Amino acid sequence: MSAPATPAPRARNRRLVPTALVPWLFLAPAILMFLVYVTVPIVRSMDISFYDWDGMSPRHYVGLANYLELKSDPDFLVSLKNNVIWLLGFLLAVPAGLFLALFLNQKVFGIRLMKSLFFFPFVISQVVVGLIFTWFYDPSNGLLFHFLKYFGVPQVAVLADEKLVTYGIVLAGLYPQVAYCMILYLTGLNSVNPELIEAARLEGAKGWTMLWRVVLPELRPATFIALVVTIIGSLRSFDMISIMTGGGPYGSSRVLAYYMYEKALSEYGYRMGYGTAIATVLFLIMLVYISFVLARIYRQEKQSL
Amino acid sequence: MGVLMFPTPVERASASTRWLYRVALPIGLVLWLLPIIGVAMTSVRGPADLANGNYWGIPAQWHVLENYRDVFTHTPMGRYLLNSLLVSVPTVLGAVGLSCLAGYALGILRFRGNLLVFFLFVGGNFVPFQILMVPVRDFSLRLGLYNTMTGLVLFHIAFQTGFCTFFMRNFMRHLPRELIEAARVEGANDWQIFRRIVLPLVRPAIAALSVLIFTFIWNDYFWATVLIQGDRAMPVTAGLYSLNGQWVAQWQLVSAGSIVAALPPVGIFFLMQRHFIAGLTLGATKG
Repeated sequence: MSAPATPAPRARNRRLVPTALVPWLFLAPAILMFLVYVTVPIVRSMDISFYDWDGMSPRHYVGLANYLELKSDPDFLVSLKNNVIWLLGFLLAVPAGLFLALFLNQKVFGIRLMKSLFFFPFVISQVVVGLIFTWFYDPSNGLLFHFLKYFGVPQVAVLADEKLVTYGIVLAGLYPQVAYCMILYLTGLNSVNPELIEAARLEGAKGWTMLWRVVLPELRPATFIALVVTIIGSLRSFDMISIMTGGGPYGSSRVLAYYMYEKALSEYGYRMGYGTAIATVLFLIMLVYISFVLARIYRQEKQSL
Repeated sequence: MGVLMFPTPVERASASTRWLYRVALPIGLVLWLLPIIGVAMTSVRGPADLANGNYWGIPAQWHVLENYRDVFTHTPMGRYLLNSLLVSVPTVLGAVGLSCLAGYALGILRFRGNLLVFFLFVGGNFVPFQILMVPVRDFSLRLGLYNTMTGLVLFHIAFQTGFCTFFMRNFMRHLPRELIEAARVEGANDWQIFRRIVLPLVRPAIAALSVLIFTFIWNDYFWATVLIQGDRAMPVTAGLYSLNGQWVAQWQLVSAGSIVAALPPVGIFFLMQRHFIAGLTLGATKG
């Protein structure tokens, strides 16, 4: 905000740096760090994806070979399919979070503590949640085993079953994510325009009609953020898979984020080029959502100017 | 409030509904937290309970002290916790500091390219970690930062600066502009305005970000495995994972270790709840 109209000649004379440079001096440290650790690595990853490289010896340019290999790599396709399961399964966190928020949006004694305790799963590390659920699924003594036994269902080893394993991990991932969406909706419910509710009540709206026609439209900002963090969270899933199964059994619970890590940095071979090609695909998928978010923020900025 | 809330407050419902809600609330909570309650209970059991499959009954052996002591004496857990602290705290200071500066430029000053730089930070904040992994690891190796806490801290500061700047910039935009204009008329330069006027006003934002970033970094697992190898610099998340491999079927120790690793963020959350939620729900009410 350079203000040529303000008469401040003394200040003007003492200026050490030209006005145009001031914002860039404030930005310099943050931009520098961000360039070095975020922007440049994105470009470098894309570059590396055109090479055959083990991370140490000289790299060889291979053109699109890594990407062509992806097309016929069954492990890649399984990971991609699992990413879709993660995405769809994770979206359940949004309605589930809304349900919990509606359940807890009351003013009875002790409700604040209740809300915090319901939020608990989000605060603890995914590593801990992963361990908790590994133990929950433990086929010989886990909570699930006891629960199923009570209903006479024979034991299932969820995490050792190729068909069930991904669903089992998604469920564990949902646990903190539902808590996250719940807190977003609780905050949203707090700021719903009370006059609107009153007017709708006077017109006889209640229950589902009220929720669907009046409350949900008011909660749109919360829903948008819940969707964004949930979709991005689902595509970022790594921790739980690493903790609970290590991608197994037989790679059946891998997702792109995990498969990439395995290809680039594990005993399965240091294939940096192939790994970065997988990462690039993941990045391009994510870019669709990032563009949505940026477009929305851009519209808001235009309005507020 | 009364009629102005949704759903309708239970106080206005019939007596039976009120009782139903009062009963459903704690039952719902216990069911929701059952996995965590189970782990907490297991962490105080002795090996005999586990051998007999007594996971849910009253412990026959109470090994509260033994289990938690074993976690600290038989494993590098103490070291891991310290490492996590030594990574989380400097990251909070660095990322919050950089974002205060950047937020001032983007939220208060008007200049060409403002929105573009803002979008760089917002967009970068959402990228998948995997697209950064190979180059960041390679870069750290070359600079001798691989397997050091400094290397981990530098990366975390850089990445978290994206989110923090987004947050700070939005917070600073809503500060009363008159204060800043008045200071400018009196001849204050930008550095003075930043230090004496803006920084004191953004204290709530600093608190919210600090709590949030501390928790994020404490709970980080991916970068701890990519940039750290070996116990010397390993944070508690990666440490817990490696201990889990050694403690095969010793669930009482895995549980006690999990509880210990979870306590710091949980404690911070309960102490600074308002700030934590304010940070997390930014944007959930407007926009």
